[in-house]
Amino acid sequence: MAIKKFITGNFYDEAVLFPAVKKVRRAGYKIQDVYTPFPIHGLDKELGMKDTDLHIAGFIYGITGTTVAISFIGWMLAIDWQINFGGKPFFSLPAWIPIMFELTVLFSAVGMTLTFCWLCQLAPFVKKDHFNPRSTDDTFVMAVECTDKTNEAEAIAFLENAGAKDVQVQERETGWWFGRYDRESVVFGKKVAAV
Amino acid sequence: MSLNRYESQVRGPLVEGGKDYHQITEDICRPVEDKPSKLWWIGFIISVCLLIFGVVSIYMDVTYGIGQWNLNKTIGWGWDITNFVWWVGIGHAGTLISAILLLFRQGWRTGVNRAAEAMTIFAVMCAGQFPIWHMGRVWNAFFVMPYPNTRGPLWVNFNSPLLWDVFAISTYFTVSLLFWYSGLLPDLASLRDRAKLKWRKFFYGVASFGWTGSTKHWQRHEALSLVLAGLATPLVLSVHTIVSFDFATSVIPGWHTTIFPPYFVAGAVFSGFAMVQTLLLVTRKVLGLEEYITIEHIDVMNKVIVLTGSIVGIAYLTELFIAWYSHVEFEWFAFKENRVNLSSPYGWAYYLMMGCNVLSPQIFWFRKMRRNLLVTFFMSILVNVGMWFERFVIIVTSIYRDYIPSSWSTYYSPSIWEIGFYLGTFGLFFTCYFLFSKFFPVIAMAEIKHILKRSGDTFKDNMTKDENETLDEFEHENAHHH
Repeated sequence: MAIKKFITGNFYDEAVLFPAVKKVRRAGYKIQDVYTPFPIHGLDKELGMKDTDLHIAGFIYGITGTTVAISFIGWMLAIDWQINFGGKPFFSLPAWIPIMFELTVLFSAVGMTLTFCWLCQLAPFVKKDHFNPRSTDDTFVMAVECTDKTNEAEAIAFLENAGAKDVQVQERETGWWFGRYDRESVVFGKKVAAV
Repeated sequence: MSLNRYESQVRGPLVEGGKDYHQITEDICRPVEDKPSKLWWIGFIISVCLLIFGVVSIYMDVTYGIGQWNLNKTIGWGWDITNFVWWVGIGHAGTLISAILLLFRQGWRTGVNRAAEAMTIFAVMCAGQFPIWHMGRVWNAFFVMPYPNTRGPLWVNFNSPLLWDVFAISTYFTVSLLFWYSGLLPDLASLRDRAKLKWRKFFYGVASFGWTGSTKHWQRHEALSLVLAGLATPLVLSVHTIVSFDFATSVIPGWHTTIFPPYFVAGAVFSGFAMVQTLLLVTRKVLGLEEYITIEHIDVMNKVIVLTGSIVGIAYLTELFIAWYSHVEFEWFAFKENRVNLSSPYGWAYYLMMGCNVLSPQIFWFRKMRRNLLVTFFMSILVNVGMWFERFVIIVTSIYRDYIPSSWSTYYSPSIWEIGFYLGTFGLFFTCYFLFSKFFPVIAMAEIKHILKRSGDTFKDNMTKDENETLDEFEHENAHHH
């Protein structure tokens, strides 16, 4: 949640992007992110990102669903209000398997999706800066963070040398805020120029 | 470094017309950004009229009761449950395409998955109407939910397949919706960033949840899609299995059949793919998306239709054989006298079902037929007529003659309000589909871009020698000759 200075470069081809990421990282620049219009396999590894643990969350939500189903149904039919269905046991597990399964899937899917939205900070009326609108169309936009030590001119030349097109210096908000895309961006009371 | 992976040369390219990334965005966003055509308006107005007819029919049903339908003493489930099972079945193709084919790494799913998933959601919405309004006192519909109540508390019966259905279908609807919408986020963001009009910026801005395309977000997005696909795969099989339990766990001759779960699932996929064909053949033509939904896609889906149609055929013959082989008098009577006997009141429905579902899809063994658009369109309609009659045969021919001949039903035919209700769900389905095709990208742009460099026509030629070889060439060069 801070407005920082970035140097951004556009890439038009994955085959140029991959070596460029390697070069930029090796030179000691801090890549804030690469924005792409579609998932590029291997780019996360190339950027030094860890694997996501989202699937573990999904598993935990899933077993929560199973547990809720069996304990709730068991309590209702075998403890709270026993009903005799043709002399069958009150705790009739096989007949509950379908609903146990459905609730496992339901809890897991809903939980994972909400977790995904939480982790990525996605929700209606959430607004973020993303440097270049073409990154949801056809180009891969690399944003390199400027620190006190960064020599801007040098960094721009470095990115251009690595194959980036229309390299710019931009000031952008790194977090999210509530806002609408049809209105001028206002980040926590401070105006930011529209992209 | 080559980003190309091996892609079968037996298959044609999945994206034609020498596209690049920007061109894909342009092509798929164009129908959303252009004004709707005259054809769109005509279709939309017809759909809304049907929907209104449906609403009036439901008004009659609720005001005057289920007696507005021609159900009678032995036929308690007529058109209503037939339509329910039919719509649920249609709702199976979308998740099959998006989930099972994702796990099997089938690249061709990318061209059709978005529309098929939308179709699934709308079809399940239509299906849900039937059991709900069939309750009669629909204002008590919330009784199906297990909640602490002042009637005991009296809990719902978790041993009943009808309750399993409530959970199965609502779960299926929710998971399909999440799957569909999470896939839509990046594409809505593309529309947002292209938008010129104020309302578009607002609408797609809100709808895209602030998606940026960050690498970390994509990584999580991929993990989410993969796990949702893994969950949806057994789910899609379970839903129609549970629908089939509505019949199979009863003791009615003709329903009490252990083959029902696989038979229903195959039938569901069969009818679902037929509906996908019906919709996409029109969509690709009207929206000009022939380069994304290619003949290759249609060919592959027709293969699924001939496969599942044949599975359904084997299931029909198996249940017929078992009815005879079991020596259960009542079971065999239901099959022999109520179905196979052409001169029985509903014999015609049985043969219509056999003809549409088992015989007619066999023409798809011929490549020429699979690639013929007119034949495919005609067949897709025929299959869905056949699949409707399958459910009609199962329901009506099993219950119109019960154990006491004196209470054998008079000939059941639907009342105008039963027909109106069914047509109304068509209205609902197509109203939703027309709105979807106008305001949302009907093809998953991000996914098409993802496969472009493997399956696009211009890129396929640029592959390395090994990747580009046909099987014969590979064998010719690498097999040992003695």
